[in-house]
Amino acid sequence: MAEIRTETMTVNMGPQHPSTHGVLRLVLELDGEVIQSVMPTIGYLHTGIEKTAEQKKWQQVIPLVERMDYLGPQSNSLAYALSVEKLLGLEMPKRVNDIRVLLAELQRLGSHLIWLGTHAMEIGAVSMLFYAIRERELLLNINELIAGFRFFPSYIRIGGLREDLPRGFHEMVNEFLDRFPTKMDEFERLLTKNDIFRRRTEGVGVVTLENAYQWGLVGPIARAAGSDYDVRKYFPYSGYDTYDFTVPTATEGDVYARYRVRIAEMRQSINLCRQAIARISPTGVWACDDTRVVPPPKDKVYTEMEALIQHFLIYSQGFTVPVGDAYVPVEGPRGEHGCYIVSDGSNRPWRVKMRAPSFMAIQALPSVVQGGLIADLVAVIGSTDVVMGDCDR
Amino acid sequence: MQASAIIEILQPLVPGAVFEPGRSVDFATIYVPADRLVETCLVLRDAAPLEFKALIEVTAADYLPHEPRYEVVYHLLSVSKRLRLRLKVRVPSGGSLPTVQGVWRGAGWPEREVWDMFGIVFDGHNDLRRLLMPEDWEGHPARKDYPVQIRKAAQTYEPLEVSEEEFRANIERDRVKRAH
Amino acid sequence: MADTHDHGLDPDLPFLTTKLEWLIQWARRSAIWPVQFGLACCAIEMMAMAASRYDVARFGAEVFRGSPRQSDLMIVAGRLSRKMAPAMRRVYDQMPDPKWVISMGACASVGGVFDNYAIVQGVDQVVPVDVFVPGCPPRPEALIYGLVQLQQKINRSRA
Repeated sequence: MAEIRTETMTVNMGPQHPSTHGVLRLVLELDGEVIQSVMPTIGYLHTGIEKTAEQKKWQQVIPLVERMDYLGPQSNSLAYALSVEKLLGLEMPKRVNDIRVLLAELQRLGSHLIWLGTHAMEIGAVSMLFYAIRERELLLNINELIAGFRFFPSYIRIGGLREDLPRGFHEMVNEFLDRFPTKMDEFERLLTKNDIFRRRTEGVGVVTLENAYQWGLVGPIARAAGSDYDVRKYFPYSGYDTYDFTVPTATEGDVYARYRVRIAEMRQSINLCRQAIARISPTGVWACDDTRVVPPPKDKVYTEMEALIQHFLIYSQGFTVPVGDAYVPVEGPRGEHGCYIVSDGSNRPWRVKMRAPSFMAIQALPSVVQGGLIADLVAVIGSTDVVMGDCDR
Repeated sequence: MQASAIIEILQPLVPGAVFEPGRSVDFATIYVPADRLVETCLVLRDAAPLEFKALIEVTAADYLPHEPRYEVVYHLLSVSKRLRLRLKVRVPSGGSLPTVQGVWRGAGWPEREVWDMFGIVFDGHNDLRRLLMPEDWEGHPARKDYPVQIRKAAQTYEPLEVSEEEFRANIERDRVKRAH
Repeated sequence: MADTHDHGLDPDLPFLTTKLEWLIQWARRSAIWPVQFGLACCAIEMMAMAASRYDVARFGAEVFRGSPRQSDLMIVAGRLSRKMAPAMRRVYDQMPDPKWVISMGACASVGGVFDNYAIVQGVDQVVPVDVFVPGCPPRPEALIYGLVQLQQKINRSRA
């Protein structure tokens, strides 16, 4: 019988594609439908935020940094604010820490909801996207209440928060927390035991623990492979060591395990939110005492001379940060998020570099999907939950 | 763990290298000479009391008027021992340093990004080309002497820059070997 | 309803062609299908616009096609980097006529907060834009308003 000549086909999953979460370009080499190799190209959303941040004053960098990982903006600004506060040597009051924890966990829920919606939609359960966005609208309402802006509230500032919590905050958050667990049960009923979902996701895209650490993946991907590393437990920040929560893990390391880990994380977040909102008083202190960094309240600015001068200095030339560098990681929805800050003692940053968990995840992508089908590739990209804004910065 | 304690563990395993503890407010910082970098990283990854199995980040900072101009910074994490470490390597302008891809596979893209943004060459890297900027971009944007705002018309066409044989050869080179 | 909009029809056209033109304009504006071109944060607001709270299906635009060859609207949602500009031009060129572009957000309109080397300062340097929607990101209601403005523009144009 004559030899059949086979040849691999090179297909471009270009930057504009429904299933690549954002602008990611994948050049696939296919043998039929089986993937021989994947060459990812990133940089289509490179925004030069880090270079632009060197031109701004310390407080002005917060809106820029929030727009990096646009699904979890509060974790970006929290990472940046914590690093700068470490260099400044500021200690936050307990109430500020509790509010920050609450916002970080609510925002983790928001990010995981989009992950759930888009991941399930790509696997085939299209209506999950609408359910997930429906719930996320309630979270965006909370954002709107505290800062007037749905997406990038810029509420977490260096030195504390922007202003005190508004009236009606507790009611809105409690209403959300009462409603959400039943919705989570509904989502799980749709997907967790669903035969189609399980067959698409079990055994697909396996990442072992050793590989996860080699590639620098420390987040839900490593936790689905058996690690229990969570920045909130290992290197606690903002008072997380005073809260009572567990870190969900799984051992298989496949897409289904990552799904289960993130769903369990969402439930733990609800738990954390309940504990946090119980500790927060409706009014109180919202920033630390340091007057070099925190502007005085507006009524004092209008009546007292020192407060006016302080206000003027902070908003015109900004505060200076001592020479040095710092890196305080936080547990973002995608893994370890941190901002490496270098200061030269002036009122502008010298270097701002955000550690992007999505960057490492895409780097590891070729070795994870090799030998699988294109459908598996879509499932794996969804499960690694990459955000191109975070990856390209 | 203090930097001096880590240096005490490192020194006998990497003889002859000069480690300097750095000043830091958050966790231990050590200055490592560029020529002993890979050895040091192997020891840090494998030595029993340290076990820095995860590389978190590779980045650089440009201190333009000062010499040496760049400092390449590595952030390491040891999950089993709950330690973090920052390694810094001073690189002069136009200098280069060896790649740590052989120690942690995840170092490939961060080093590419450092090359793209700063122009620091990593010897032995298997694929040192542009990552975030377009492939034909000139200049290294994160350097301090590169302007923030440029006035340049947007390029709306993309000529094919490699021949078909080169394109296939690139794919072949990136192909991950099957594990049999 | 759509009939209250200003039709802006040419009074010199004969009666039958006028009715035909009205029909074509109604058909074009009632089912504008966008191509998925979400780049960054504005893409999430675009998804929210298509979801159940700010339902854009009321305006006929809920079918986001994956392929540009089957769509007639490109909503540039997000910041356009210099690397992405050729790809975007290609997607625009693949769309069949008549086609429209909505530039959503500050970054797509003028470069937004990012006035630097990496971002094209306004997508109108690459594609011709019909409607600019400001905001960072614009609320879904703002984007729907932009879509309605586009529908009125379609009304005023010759078929």
